[in-house]
Amino acid sequence: MARMKFLCDAERCIECNGCVTACKNENEVPWGVNRRRVVTLNDGVVGAEKSISVACMHCSDAPCMAVCPVDCFYRTDDGVVLHDKDLCIGCGYCFYACPFGAPQFPQAGAFGLRGKMDKCTFCAGGPEPDRSEAEFKKYGRNRLSEGKLPACAEMCSTKALLGGDGDVIADIYRERVLRRGRGSEVWGWSTAYGPPPKPGAQPPVQQQPAPTSGKS
Amino acid sequence: MMRVAFLLAAVLAAVTALSACGEKEQVVVYKQGKYQGKPDNRSWDNESPVAELRGGKWTKGDRSSWEESIKQRQLAQHEYQRINR
Repeated sequence: MARMKFLCDAERCIECNGCVTACKNENEVPWGVNRRRVVTLNDGVVGAEKSISVACMHCSDAPCMAVCPVDCFYRTDDGVVLHDKDLCIGCGYCFYACPFGAPQFPQAGAFGLRGKMDKCTFCAGGPEPDRSEAEFKKYGRNRLSEGKLPACAEMCSTKALLGGDGDVIADIYRERVLRRGRGSEVWGWSTAYGPPPKPGAQPPVQQQPAPTSGKS
Repeated sequence: MMRVAFLLAAVLAAVTALSACGEKEQVVVYKQGKYQGKPDNRSWDNESPVAELRGGKWTKGDRSSWEESIKQRQLAQHEYQRINR
């Protein structure tokens, strides 16, 4: 079974925001809603700056699906997590549950009224009939039904953002890492928790706060 | 006796620890045009578009032919292969 995933290679992403623009244009996403965005770490630090493009990652065990009180989410046969806007009540629970901040809520009216949730559909539309006008208006373009991949991945100029079956894109990424001889460590343990301690290193000594004069 | 108990505990611990490496099977039920009660079409149930596709046309309703077509599209992201063509 194909399982559609995104993979962003931080060694290649140049923060051009082409994926963001492609998504906006392809799906005619309303103002204020960003289904995809580029996140940069260590911005401006020479040699340490890394960018990745983030959107819905179409989780295999999606937390948004787990918390939705109206059960508006569903997973398709090809592993894409979609939702039914007719069922969505715009409560925002999915936003709190999502580790990627993927769910977006349009400002549907005055006084900051929150509209129905909108998110990346892996360019697979939604519950309306495929390639219909109604589907396009609610969910954007259904490229998968046209035999195409998401516009963001296909548009990526450096091919940092890969989209497709997890097995296929993992193979592409693996070969890329082997050829260049680095880059797989970017999202590894040491990125999250720092480099392993040197053997024989002492734990850092916590400094005592300076004594106060007694006045408050 | 102690040795057997220790061995048993070790095996149990190993099984418990390794169970985290497994993957829960995903069961996607598609019944009468609905996924978990939500109506939707499947990508391969559409006619292949007239436009020339990299992976070629698929047969309507044939999942494997659609998957093969989209796989060719995915492999086009592999620039090492594109260079060597």
